[in-house]
Amino acid sequence: MSFKIASSPHQHSQKTTAQLMKLVALAAIPGIAVQAYFFGYGVFIQLLLAILTAWCSEAAVLALRSKKIKVKLLDHSALVTALLLAVAIPSYAPWWLVVIGTAFAIIVVKQLYGGLGNNLFNPAMAAYVLLLVSFPLPMTSWLPASPVQHIPVGPLDAVCAIFTDFSCSGYSVSQLRQDADGISMATPLDTLKTDLSQGYTTAESMKKPVFGWLSGEGWFWVNLAYLLGGLFLLQQKVIQWRIPVAVLGSLFACSLLAWLISPDTNASPLFQLFSGATMLAAFFIATDPVSASTTEKGRLVFGALIGVLVFVIRSYGGYPDAFAFAVMLANMAVPLIDYYTQPRTYGHKPKGAR
Amino acid sequence: MNHYQEIIRQGLWKNNPGLVQLLGLCPLLAVTTSLTSALGLGLATMLVLLSTNTVVSLIRNYVPNEIRIPVFVMVIASVVTVIELLMHAFMYNLYQALGIFIPLIVTNCIVIGRAEAYASKNAVLPAAFDGLMMGTGFALVLCTLGAVREVIGAGTLFAGADLLLGDWATVLTIHLYQADHQFLLAILPPGAFLVMGFLIAGKNAIDARAAAKAKPVEQKISRARVTQVSAQ
Repeated sequence: MSFKIASSPHQHSQKTTAQLMKLVALAAIPGIAVQAYFFGYGVFIQLLLAILTAWCSEAAVLALRSKKIKVKLLDHSALVTALLLAVAIPSYAPWWLVVIGTAFAIIVVKQLYGGLGNNLFNPAMAAYVLLLVSFPLPMTSWLPASPVQHIPVGPLDAVCAIFTDFSCSGYSVSQLRQDADGISMATPLDTLKTDLSQGYTTAESMKKPVFGWLSGEGWFWVNLAYLLGGLFLLQQKVIQWRIPVAVLGSLFACSLLAWLISPDTNASPLFQLFSGATMLAAFFIATDPVSASTTEKGRLVFGALIGVLVFVIRSYGGYPDAFAFAVMLANMAVPLIDYYTQPRTYGHKPKGAR
Repeated sequence: MNHYQEIIRQGLWKNNPGLVQLLGLCPLLAVTTSLTSALGLGLATMLVLLSTNTVVSLIRNYVPNEIRIPVFVMVIASVVTVIELLMHAFMYNLYQALGIFIPLIVTNCIVIGRAEAYASKNAVLPAAFDGLMMGTGFALVLCTLGAVREVIGAGTLFAGADLLLGDWATVLTIHLYQADHQFLLAILPPGAFLVMGFLIAGKNAIDARAAAKAKPVEQKISRARVTQVSAQ
């Protein structure tokens, strides 16, 4: 009989990596569906492109490293990375954007560090940052939600726009973003940021058509759908409550404080929670088991750090949304957080006790 | 292998200042946004290395051992100042493009490193040759990095060559492709780290392959045990 000495956690879970990853993908379905309803069918094409690229690049690197391709591919971790990146980039972005991003995520951020379990950074978010820094214009070209769109966009238009930069009826993506007056409509977070910098108050800015009930038109429902998916993940015990609660809690606390001090120059806490990528990031991205903190206290610190960073960058930084940067910065802090939050080993006295 | 051949091998490949010693990373990563500026700084550094190694080797027998480092630093600083003034006078545009990185050659560890490790212990001719080869090795890495980043980031090669070589050199500029969106990351600092990482990995891979080829695997003869271990 052999006693296998493994490091903590000693709890057993019957679920394999593949099952966990499948559950994550399943939980994202309501969010993707709502996103497709409000922001066009382009998201399906982006998903397809991302998943194909992820499989191809993963298989290629695994072949180079002479690993078992089929076993590693079927753990579905590449699928989840591709999925997260595909829903994060604008639905009508040109096809090469998601291909470059996914290939970078899988080859450089994941496999060059040693494959699943060894990557320092969240692959999807590192790729998102790469794309945002390299190609700022297509990465911020979100179409307004379908109820406020001036030019209706059909499923075929999505195919045309992604592969040729023009919709089938000949409109460019920047024309599709325009309202009746020919002015490009930005995302709610972007609009608010621009308006606040031009001296409008929050209430004045919120009268624009891109805003809906509570937050952006359409964005509220997308966030709600991802929240539902996240709750499903919690219920299935795929993720633990600490990271999402810490992310949302610290973002809420920071924005509440700012909003109470100056409601005219700050968005309301609920607007912050239901805008941009908040729910997707809190439940699906920050909870990445590889690059997030692994101790219980550490997860609270990790999540809180992300929330604070998102608030700071959204309010004072140069970018309208900030989850990719916040998650990457927090990833960098993970070794330090884990070092200082090691739980007391059973049988040992707490530090400082005599 | 003769002594000079060994110096060439050390400088260009085996002990390359950029790829192996990883010295002078600051200018290496900051300046290599285009082939032109990479070549400019590479040549400047090479010239500095050549001159400092020669001077240090000449004075090596007169400098007391205790104060050799300050003396070397003074020599290096004077040489860099001379080169900076020369570039200011004759290549003003490139001087402006490279900016602070020309005076910063003083702080480049390769220069003091070669002065201390080689020039202060060897005769003038080998020392000068060592400086030349180390400088060439560094310049080659700079140029590779600059070329790769320029091609990926801007789609051109040797843009602005006239800044370095005079007006005729505009014909050297090659436009490889024209894209609506440039791959900005290659021009930004993270791109420098990424390309540098791939270069080092490539060099290590070539070395590993060469080592595997040079040393054929020794065939182990496995023998079946025919005698029994006596039980005691």
